[in-house]
Amino acid sequence: MASNKKYWQSVEELKEGSVVETLRNNEFVEEIPTDEFLGDKETLETSSTSRRDFLKYVGFSTAAASLAACEGPVRKSIPYVVQPDNIVVGVADWYATTIADGFDFANVLVKTREGRPIQIMPNKEIGGVTNARTQASVLSLYDSNLRLKEPRKGTTQISWADADKEIIAELERLNAANESVVLLTGSLASPSTDKVIADFIAKYPNVKHVVYDAVSESGTADAFEAMYGTRALPNYDFSKAEVIASIGADILGDWQGGYEKSYAEGRKPELGKMSYHVQIESNMSLAGANADKRIVAKPSDQVYALINLYNTVTGANMPSKATAHDAEIKKLATSLQKAGNKGVVVTGLNDKNAQLIALAINKALNSEVIDVVNVNNTRQGNDTEVAQLLKDLSSGKVKGLVTYNVNPNYSLTGFADAAKKASLSVAISTQDDATATAMQYALPAPHNLESWGDVSASANTYGLMQPTISPIFNTRQIQDVLLKWSGSSVNYYDILKEFWSTNVLNGASWNQALHDGFFKKELESVVTVNDIDINTAAATLVKNTTPSQYELNLYTSTALGDGKQANNPWLQELPDPITRASWDNYLTVSMADAKELGFDNPVKDNGAIDGNYANVTVNGVTINNIPVMVQPGQAKGSFGLALGYGRTQGLKEEMQVGVNAYPFYANGNSIQYNVSIEKASGWHKFACTQVQKTIAGRNDILKEATLKEVLNKKLDPKHTWNKPAMVSYDHQEVEAKTIDLWDEHNREIGHHFNLSIDLTSCTGCGACVVACHAENNVPVVGKHEVRVGRDMHWLRIDRYYSSEVNEKQVEASMTIEEFKAQNPNIANQEVERKYAEKILELGGGDLFAALETSAENPQVAFQPMMCQHCNHAPCETVCPVAATSHGRQGQNQMAYNRCVGTRYCANNCPYRVRRFNWFNYSDNSEFDFNMNNDYGKMVLNPDVVVRSRGVMEKCSMCIQMTQATILKAKKEGRAVKKDEFKTACSEACSTGAMVFGDVNNTEDKVTQLKEDNRAYHVLDYIGTKPNVVYQVKVRNTNEA
Amino acid sequence: MKSVNHHNSLTQVLLKSFAFLLVFLLSFSVHSQDVDEARQKEGKKLFKSLCASCHKLDKKLVGPALSGVEERREHEWLQKWIRNNAELRASGDADAIAVFEEFNGSSMTAFPQLTDKNIDDILYYTTVGEVKKAGDVAAATADASSSKDGGPKWLIYILAAAIIVAFLIIGSLLKTISELKGAPKTPGLLGQTADLWQGIKQNTFLHVLAVIFGALVTAYFLFGTLFKVGVDQGYQPIQPITFSHKIHAGDNKIECQYCHSAAKHSKHSGIPSVNVCMNCHKNISEVADDTKVVLEEGGVVLTKPDLDKEIAKIYEAAGWDTDKLAYTGNTKPVKWVRVHNLPDFAYFNHSQHVTVAGVKCQKCHGPVEEMEEVYQYSPLTMGWCVDCHKATKVDLKGNEYYAKIHAELAKKYGVDQVTIAQLGGKECGKCHY
Repeated sequence: MASNKKYWQSVEELKEGSVVETLRNNEFVEEIPTDEFLGDKETLETSSTSRRDFLKYVGFSTAAASLAACEGPVRKSIPYVVQPDNIVVGVADWYATTIADGFDFANVLVKTREGRPIQIMPNKEIGGVTNARTQASVLSLYDSNLRLKEPRKGTTQISWADADKEIIAELERLNAANESVVLLTGSLASPSTDKVIADFIAKYPNVKHVVYDAVSESGTADAFEAMYGTRALPNYDFSKAEVIASIGADILGDWQGGYEKSYAEGRKPELGKMSYHVQIESNMSLAGANADKRIVAKPSDQVYALINLYNTVTGANMPSKATAHDAEIKKLATSLQKAGNKGVVVTGLNDKNAQLIALAINKALNSEVIDVVNVNNTRQGNDTEVAQLLKDLSSGKVKGLVTYNVNPNYSLTGFADAAKKASLSVAISTQDDATATAMQYALPAPHNLESWGDVSASANTYGLMQPTISPIFNTRQIQDVLLKWSGSSVNYYDILKEFWSTNVLNGASWNQALHDGFFKKELESVVTVNDIDINTAAATLVKNTTPSQYELNLYTSTALGDGKQANNPWLQELPDPITRASWDNYLTVSMADAKELGFDNPVKDNGAIDGNYANVTVNGVTINNIPVMVQPGQAKGSFGLALGYGRTQGLKEEMQVGVNAYPFYANGNSIQYNVSIEKASGWHKFACTQVQKTIAGRNDILKEATLKEVLNKKLDPKHTWNKPAMVSYDHQEVEAKTIDLWDEHNREIGHHFNLSIDLTSCTGCGACVVACHAENNVPVVGKHEVRVGRDMHWLRIDRYYSSEVNEKQVEASMTIEEFKAQNPNIANQEVERKYAEKILELGGGDLFAALETSAENPQVAFQPMMCQHCNHAPCETVCPVAATSHGRQGQNQMAYNRCVGTRYCANNCPYRVRRFNWFNYSDNSEFDFNMNNDYGKMVLNPDVVVRSRGVMEKCSMCIQMTQATILKAKKEGRAVKKDEFKTACSEACSTGAMVFGDVNNTEDKVTQLKEDNRAYHVLDYIGTKPNVVYQVKVRNTNEA
Repeated sequence: MKSVNHHNSLTQVLLKSFAFLLVFLLSFSVHSQDVDEARQKEGKKLFKSLCASCHKLDKKLVGPALSGVEERREHEWLQKWIRNNAELRASGDADAIAVFEEFNGSSMTAFPQLTDKNIDDILYYTTVGEVKKAGDVAAATADASSSKDGGPKWLIYILAAAIIVAFLIIGSLLKTISELKGAPKTPGLLGQTADLWQGIKQNTFLHVLAVIFGALVTAYFLFGTLFKVGVDQGYQPIQPITFSHKIHAGDNKIECQYCHSAAKHSKHSGIPSVNVCMNCHKNISEVADDTKVVLEEGGVVLTKPDLDKEIAKIYEAAGWDTDKLAYTGNTKPVKWVRVHNLPDFAYFNHSQHVTVAGVKCQKCHGPVEEMEEVYQYSPLTMGWCVDCHKATKVDLKGNEYYAKIHAELAKKYGVDQVTIAQLGGKECGKCHY
């Protein structure tokens, strides 16, 4: 229950007298550095600028400025010569298309303005899901820095025609000599491209197509092939699950593409159903953070846990070892058996044998959750073939190499040297990356948003990809390249159309499919199951598992994934949902190991975090100076490290952050044993928002309840698990929301917007944060500025750790309620603290010590936090120039042009959601991100102003979107439809955690949510009356 | 208009008589041809409605120039050709086929509905051409000589006089006071002025008054100057093409939204793309003979040769070859200069005002149909926006969106019709985001 919990955000908070306490009291931890130039008397005196000069400069610049102001700049306006019929200048067009970059696959809607894509949203009508990277890929389109712009031979530019001629000649020579050529691509999952490749191979029979995924699921595909005969991954529908057992699989993160949507659908307390999710893992992952029960186990223990689980569920007796978690595993097995075909086991171990065992358990359970017919095609990489290619290239057996949008020179150890031996090497690539620069020919491929294509992410779904912008650079699609090389004169678009009409559409309309971006086909469900010797599998698995003192678990970060978009500033600045660090990867180390090895994360007085460096050696490969982050919930004896960082070739200097962990990623296995570590000297400066923006020690921010409590109709939530804040008024205890310090706004007429955020469904994925970037032109400020707490995110996702202090309370002499009754004088918000100190006798340090022990495995809760649009907003009353005011529709409005930058409002905001523009972030070479170049600026939303230096900004509740919706209704002469109002964050949210709407419209979903039993307002006792309403987080404790 | 005003009546008389002479001469020359005006008028009407989209009198367009066509062809032949040229061609007429081939096989519309008289009238018109009217020139001259209204300058003179009188009264009062105190009477006007000056110099009250007055004047002008920074009312940039809204929207009464077609859908009104110009200008390659554009700058008058050059600029932009009558594909977008510049932090949506509120374009943009060159008519300041929002009542009968809201608000404010401000149109966030 909420009142028994202590919430904390960083390890540092657990220490007594920590600097965090001080930081809580300062909104702006950094002073304006006037001392730097005024305090230094010596510099002032020796300065060559005399007082007289200074006055001259001031006078001149004032005069110049006022002269310049009198004569406005002449602005040109250039219309089309021939305006396309479907474009109305100033009105956005939306196109349905598909994103597929080999790692992320999504059915999306793309918003274009005057022919420029400016935003990507999930195509929800067909169940589309986007993560932060898909959302941000629209910015990568305009990455003039990293994109390959012209065909190149060596370092010199070459025309497409010449390149074709030379390459075809060489291909024909190799074909005649019957020398092997390899076409290396990532997972394409494109049926029509497969056909183009097949035709290419028919023309050049010496060509072999090898699929290479930088982050591999090859073991899973192998296991699935062994058991079900098709090389693919099984699909999962977690909405059907009652019990989910995940062993190291980050099902809400990047594991096989992520399953957050169906996961959230299976966890709806209001519908009375909620899966019980047990996560056994070593790193703290998104799935672990959301799990009902998280068992901390180092990687080798996970292997044994998997076999033990198999043994318990099936009653078999496979070779294994006992682990410390066997009792828990037994309980889990019982739950699974009880759930029967509603139970499912998944594992993130990329090992054929481990995957076979997981498949076997699911088969034993007869699980409905796993779908072996409608398979998942998004990871087709084959590690064995890639290893063979590496060998053959080194030995000179493979003479020709054509790569497409893979970067093995960065992500595959030894590839760069091996590829040099090929007599023909061609990179067809969107990015001018390490591989493209090293190959003989680098041929530019268009970005996803400039291409035609199709994607079959799962067997029964076909997504169409269509260009949403004419090619920015001199690019040609790989399909067209291969067709040309095959000697065909047909272009790929015609092939695609033809392929769809013969193989996919089955008589349905192409135009309709293109409009929908999607086509669904019925599958015949014929399953053939091969018999697998699980005994051998388990034995091999145990044999290959070599537990060591330290083990490494590589993972992909929420922001960068496999590292394809490492040059994307939105993603670099996106704080990791767990560590809240941006612009970095780091070694996550458990608190116990950190103590032993002497690692620390001291918090500086400006709220920034530092970290030690470590040198890590895995199987003879050493990477030096990896920064260390102490991570609560990390398994002792295990380390975590994110892949995808440390890229350098073609990246802007600011983006060249982190260390490249791919050298550790041997054989595509994220688990590595035989790890040794030593502390290195020096301090690393993290850009981490972990201890910044805490909420002044007020603890009524997060509310949690158990499923049992929520479903118990006898409990009145107002007195049990969702207690409203009470205040004393006229010597009576009354609900805080009934008291008004100000006159109530009349909210009955017109629209009244509310945003509901369900903490149960929020997985912390960060898609909303990037969507907000794109919609509201939120600037990127860079690593240093984030470090000193000047990040500009209008929407952040707070992560709270919590630990139960139940045990002490059971023994206590009185409950908190009794204590409160006896001490009516203690202010409401102080009750908990006083109770802990006086009754539980947990004075200061003791309390923290108690927390720290349980912090070995804390519970995690995510809370998206943005401007709460208070009806009684504290910021509005303190603004000296009335720049922030209240709208009738419930939005707290910020007039940037009126703001003079006093920052009183931010100081007075209890939610700490206001952001100050310390600098000009556009057209400023100091902030050389997308707003500083003409290409990057194309992504800006023309309906929202780019804010200038010295003004405050914050979430506007997407007023440009609500106004546009209203205008649309007015123009069409109708009332606004049900659930028609949207914000960028609610649109981007795949799990439906964020619901936006008009509470004066009884039909809108948000109207019911606002009155729901679970609804509460953050810090309701201050009486701010926010228009953002949260839903109590529910955990399934499986007590029933 | 900054045209020169004529200072004395003599020049005016001279000019007018000169104009009369000119008119007389012109009308004489026209009348000397002895034109049947009724036939000419009838023919012109038919020509404009049926032929003008492909033919001009003196210039090749889609079809040949028709001036004097009667001299080149047999009357019979012309009748047949105009009625149904395809039939004529089918009959194997060599001339007809030759014409057809000369114009790249573009076949002319058949006009079987025309009577013989109709065709004769049209042909008569192609022979006699335009008739100059005597009244036109005289009117133009008279227009040029009309003078401008002066501002209320008398007010300033009266104020100045009042101040001087006040000073004189104070001076004489001071003098009287000093005399009463026993000072010797100063003789002479010069001596009096010196005394007066002495008195002023020594009077602290006057000093204070002067300082206050000075400060107020300075403040007034400073405030006025600063307030005008960024307000570009009257801004009239020179455009790459001298496009006259007067000719298009005024004389020819083209709907504003024919060209600015985005205004009803979008936040932008949309500057028409060149292909919209070509909708008409494909056929209109030159202006009528007496067309004139009087520019404000220095009273420059553009006449036919200048204006035809302006039309040629469209062809250059669109890549239209006037000889081959085909697009070359070699386009060159027109770089117009934006007249109305709102700052980025102000959001304005045309469709809200045009489609929803039904505001006339002229309300903000002024009498565009009278402007030879467009200038910024309204100040476009926030005060100007808000004033209108405060004053304008919302009348949106039949718009379902407003039905409920309007009824409730009208009840709340106790009015029949609420203003935009009462509807929330005065909130900062409605325009600033």
